[in-house]
Amino acid sequence: MPAARILVLFAHPAFERSRVHRRLVAAVRAQHGVTFHDLYEAYPDFDVDVRREQELLLAHDLIVLQHPFYWYSTPPLVKQWIDLVLEYDWAYGVRGTALRGKRLLSAISAGGPEASYGRSGSNYFTVRELLAPLVQTAQLCGLELLPPFVLYGTHGFDADDIARAADEYGRLLAALRDGRVDLDAARALPRINLDLGALLA
Amino acid sequence: MGERDFFYQAFVYLTAAVVSVPIARRLGLGSVLGYLVAGVAIGPFGLGLVGTEGQDVLHFAEFGVVMMLFVIGLELQPAMLWQMRGALLGVGGLQVAATALVLGFAAVALGIEWRAAVAIGLILSLSSTAIVLQSLTEKGLLRTEAGERSFAVLLFQDIAVIPMLAVLPLLAISSPTSVALASEHAGSFVAQLPAWERALVTTGAVAAIAVAGQFLVRPLFRFIARSGVREVFTAAALLIVIAIALAMRSVGLSPALGTFLGGVVLANSEYRHQLESDVEPFKGLLLGLFFIAVGASIDFALAGAHAGAVTALVLGLVAAKFAVLFALGRSTRMSPDQGLLFAFALAQGGEFCFVLFSFAAQNGVLDGATANLLVATVALSMAATPFLLLANERLIQPRFGCPEAPERQPDVIRDDQNAVILAGFGAFGSVVGRFLRANGIRTTVLDLDTDQVDLMRRLGIEVYYGDASREDLLRSAGAAHAQLLIVSVGGLENTQRVIRTAKEHFPNLRVFARAHTRMEAYDVLEAGADGVYRASLDTSLRAGVDAMRALGFPAHQSLRAAQYFRRYDEREWRALADVRHDDSVFQTRARESVQHLERLLAAEFHGIERPDQSDWDSDALRASATRPEES
Repeated sequence: MPAARILVLFAHPAFERSRVHRRLVAAVRAQHGVTFHDLYEAYPDFDVDVRREQELLLAHDLIVLQHPFYWYSTPPLVKQWIDLVLEYDWAYGVRGTALRGKRLLSAISAGGPEASYGRSGSNYFTVRELLAPLVQTAQLCGLELLPPFVLYGTHGFDADDIARAADEYGRLLAALRDGRVDLDAARALPRINLDLGALLA
Repeated sequence: MGERDFFYQAFVYLTAAVVSVPIARRLGLGSVLGYLVAGVAIGPFGLGLVGTEGQDVLHFAEFGVVMMLFVIGLELQPAMLWQMRGALLGVGGLQVAATALVLGFAAVALGIEWRAAVAIGLILSLSSTAIVLQSLTEKGLLRTEAGERSFAVLLFQDIAVIPMLAVLPLLAISSPTSVALASEHAGSFVAQLPAWERALVTTGAVAAIAVAGQFLVRPLFRFIARSGVREVFTAAALLIVIAIALAMRSVGLSPALGTFLGGVVLANSEYRHQLESDVEPFKGLLLGLFFIAVGASIDFALAGAHAGAVTALVLGLVAAKFAVLFALGRSTRMSPDQGLLFAFALAQGGEFCFVLFSFAAQNGVLDGATANLLVATVALSMAATPFLLLANERLIQPRFGCPEAPERQPDVIRDDQNAVILAGFGAFGSVVGRFLRANGIRTTVLDLDTDQVDLMRRLGIEVYYGDASREDLLRSAGAAHAQLLIVSVGGLENTQRVIRTAKEHFPNLRVFARAHTRMEAYDVLEAGADGVYRASLDTSLRAGVDAMRALGFPAHQSLRAAQYFRRYDEREWRALADVRHDDSVFQTRARESVQHLERLLAAEFHGIERPDQSDWDSDALRASATRPEES
């Protein structure tokens, strides 16, 4: 089986002040065969180059949306990107089959702890519930949405936590690239990094 | 140059130039007059620092004229000459013919033999390229209608010198050899030849320069350019000019003419710009020297002895030339003020007159005494030119309103239903216009730059010639029902005038105006503009953003820094508008605002303090997180 071509679409509006994503990005850049694409660097003025983005999507098998989870959603540039790039009759619609069969992975960091995302927590909804728009977007485009890679409680992360998270992220991407992830097992999990050790057997 | 050595001479001339030219400029008299006065001052009739050498210096300084003509020639590509053929032959040809006719008849009336009269008429029809171009350039009048016409006429005259040199020997009254033997050019073999052969030699020399320029000089330059030694190229440029001058002189022809031709031949070569910039500094200096020499060589003794005759000749010459030129200008639809400028500018004898008069004397066309008298007349008429231009500028033109603007009738505007009027279609206005047009918004464009208007027309863009500070023109451009006027005319005062007119007569029209500096922007604001656009603000910030990115800052951070900076800068600029007339307060506040800005930017960069927002700042959240940790 050939290596899966991975495209990481990274979005962070204030990367200069990031602690966690700085390390995650370094982990992505360290992987061979993974394309890293910084959306805020490419389109700081939100002037997304639709053709270029579509060509990038066509050239890859797995799309990773990596960003901090702001206000239960993506940073605004990701929404802009979705609005512009996923065109009718290209990504969806009768003739919109360009993305069929590709996979989509959401890789996000949330400041609050895991316990806060649930009926008993202050955020009430689970992250998967909050990701509903993305779930349906993938559905409409014929993309298979994998369980998300979620880092909870990053506000409380110390240097060791960050290093551990970056290491896990890097190993996950490498395994996905090489087809070493037990996807059937993964599909049953609430998040793909719940027990990465078992998954990457 | 006598027993006095070169350094002494150079010292005297340079001192005279350095002292008198800046003073003349300061007094608004122009550098040409400064040089001339300097020449008179150091000449035999002034301080006597340079004596009879005046004449010698004139010869040496003719080299300045030679260089000037070389440079003018360089600027004349054949294609451009062809394009100017109408103006050249029309105005230029008519001027030379009519002036020669009038002055020739005047000479006959004064009892001069007809052939000599023809020679005098032809020679005196020439004007001084050196003085006119220098004066008009200094006054910034070269681009006006009168300036361009003057240039065309001067060009035609310079070219006309060639056939004149060929024709003059044919007009000889006495046997040329007897006169020529006595003259300084006795050595040149041409003098020995019969008249028709001399005409042939002249034509041949001209042809030789054309051929040599084409087939000899260009390979030579290619060879030199490959050597890569910059100053050798300069040396080669000077060498060419001198070689042509020497060659021409050896056959008894005008060096100035030869180099002019040489310049034209090289105008199409790839070395044109290089040659121009190499020769330029020498040209300027030697031209100055030439003007000094003209001043120094004015023979006040002769003029004094024949005071009445010389005065009458100078007045007659200037009056006759002025009359012909003015009539010519008016008959070709020049407005009165441009016609006056045109006529005053060219109403003198030219530097070629010196050459041609001595040539005519050598060839026995004129007798020496007449030639000398005429040379003095020409020199005085040249000296009078700056005064005439000054009188025109200060005393006569003010009666014609705006003296420097070319009086072109405003265009009739057909396109008057657009929502946007653009006043000024230069670098700024044309981008605004193109942008709006690209988005389907049509604009009515007014501009005062004739070249720009004509260029845009040729490109198929509808641009109207007209002064947007005039109420009637704004009205005919549709200002009464347009929504927006965008002003980017040249000059602060013009901008203010346009805004005031618009605001006074069309209060419903919103006015956006471009300003160059912060201070200018205040003036534009006070004139009543609704939107003020500092021309360099956005581009500087874009360069700033790119600089930050080049240094490794994230693109989005850089962009937001610029957005923030811009917003802050605009706000502060507005805030200072009210107090700016109180100087001391303004200084303090301006300084304060700079400090404030620096502080804010420091905060922006270090994330210490966000003045008006705390975007994506998780510090506070982190601080209250369940596991507060250092990061």
